[in-house]
Amino acid sequence: MKIQIEKLNAWYGDHKVVSHIDLQVSEKSVTAIIGPSGCGKSTLVRCLNRMHEITPKAHVDGKILLDGQDIFKEDPVRLRRRVGMIFQKPNPFPTMSIADNVTAGLRLNGTRDRGRLEEVAMESLKRAALWDEVKEHLHESGLSLSGGQQQRLCIARALAVNPEVLLMDEPCSALDPISTARVEELIHELKNKYTIVIVTHNMQQAARVSDYTAFLYMGELVEWGKTGDLFTNPKEKRTEDYITGRFG
Amino acid sequence: MMGRDTLRKWVNRWMLALTFASALIAMVPLFLIFFHILSHGIGAINLDFFTEMPKPVGETGGGFANAIAGSLVLLALACSVGLPIGIFGGIYLAEYGGRKTGEVVRFFSDLLNGTPSIVVGMFCYAILVKPMKHFSAAAGGAALGIIMIPTVLSTTETMLKMVPRSLREGALALGLPYWKTMSSIVLKSARAGILTGVLLAIARVAGETAPLLFTALGNQFWSLSLKEPIAALPLQIFTFAISPYEDWHNQAWAGATVLILMVLCLNVVSRFFMKNKLARGRS
Repeated sequence: MKIQIEKLNAWYGDHKVVSHIDLQVSEKSVTAIIGPSGCGKSTLVRCLNRMHEITPKAHVDGKILLDGQDIFKEDPVRLRRRVGMIFQKPNPFPTMSIADNVTAGLRLNGTRDRGRLEEVAMESLKRAALWDEVKEHLHESGLSLSGGQQQRLCIARALAVNPEVLLMDEPCSALDPISTARVEELIHELKNKYTIVIVTHNMQQAARVSDYTAFLYMGELVEWGKTGDLFTNPKEKRTEDYITGRFG
Repeated sequence: MMGRDTLRKWVNRWMLALTFASALIAMVPLFLIFFHILSHGIGAINLDFFTEMPKPVGETGGGFANAIAGSLVLLALACSVGLPIGIFGGIYLAEYGGRKTGEVVRFFSDLLNGTPSIVVGMFCYAILVKPMKHFSAAAGGAALGIIMIPTVLSTTETMLKMVPRSLREGALALGLPYWKTMSSIVLKSARAGILTGVLLAIARVAGETAPLLFTALGNQFWSLSLKEPIAALPLQIFTFAISPYEDWHNQAWAGATVLILMVLCLNVVSRFFMKNKLARGRS
């Protein structure tokens, strides 16, 4: 197991949004977290790289183990280099070129070697399946790209710091169907090397890309298991109702 | 019913005309001042005005070189006082401003913004000029710097708050420490906006006269020393304008023209930065 979540609770102020969750994420696989809006799925993944805590008044308790180590005892800055994140809306740094966006994590943490930076930029862009589209304009602004390209740029940026886990918080919700398909393909390739946790409100997407699926409802984990089993043979009534479209 | 509709339309037309006229009248003084000063001053501006020292009474010619240099020194000093405090304070307000201390800081900054500039001059006189027993450029720069603080503070805060959360989160998620996120991502994204605020603050203090009367005092000789009284454009305009000599009056007009053009330039440049920022934000 890459990640083990034990008795995790998360709050915004007095409002409890994630309640008593036990969940495991296995290495080099894709785990999808599904559920209706406001069920706490984004908050759950934001706990995994300790981004939840940067929101004022937010707090957590419980345990999250990454390779058996409690992440709450680790330095959040170090943790986030191991656990990368892709957000709902592509967020390239507006003041930087495409190449600089990709290497931002390394450069701003002190890597100066130009040759190495260029190499990492190329490798990461290739891995994010964006290289062929941008290799001629590496020095143009990241904002000159289309939405889907921007999202793959953000994926390249996350890959450049060489993480072990990638968290994706509804990475396709701002993208058109073609860009979505490309990102999904990419997820397929990335799982050979990375452990991926993806939040999605799109059940078809979960079914397409994931090996495991967890269904969250009102902050609680209703059910989780192999994606095939969960969609074809749900154990819980609530899961069945949700995946058949009876609510949510 | 018909009567009511007609009445409404008439009232509408009248109000529209009234508001339009008011908007127009608001611009009139600016144009009057501008053209009046320009028409008097432009004739007296020549190369000598920028390169020559003021001549003693009775001699013709001479220029404002000392006042122009003095103003630049004072503005540089003001920036070295006002910018660090304003910018760092603005960062604090944008980041932690929700807390009680933030509210307090914001309140006092607003108060300072409303404080008459002559009061700031008197304050600097009391804490700098009196103990040093000397009017000085340093005291003048400090007074102007204090006046700059609230403007810089509030634009920095506003511009930082306009940087989308998602950028900050994107940087933190890469494993960048908080200070790197602030300095390399957030501040850089807000740079154009902050620069606008800084230029506007400079433009505002460039024309301040009252606080300099108690601090920089003015100087008819060439001096760039921080410990000595120093000349400044607005002060020299004041001295020359109240003098009884026709020749000096013309120079005062020229000084006013240079000053107003300088401020205008700063405003236009800051507009330009702001426009660029907005254009980039939209894409």
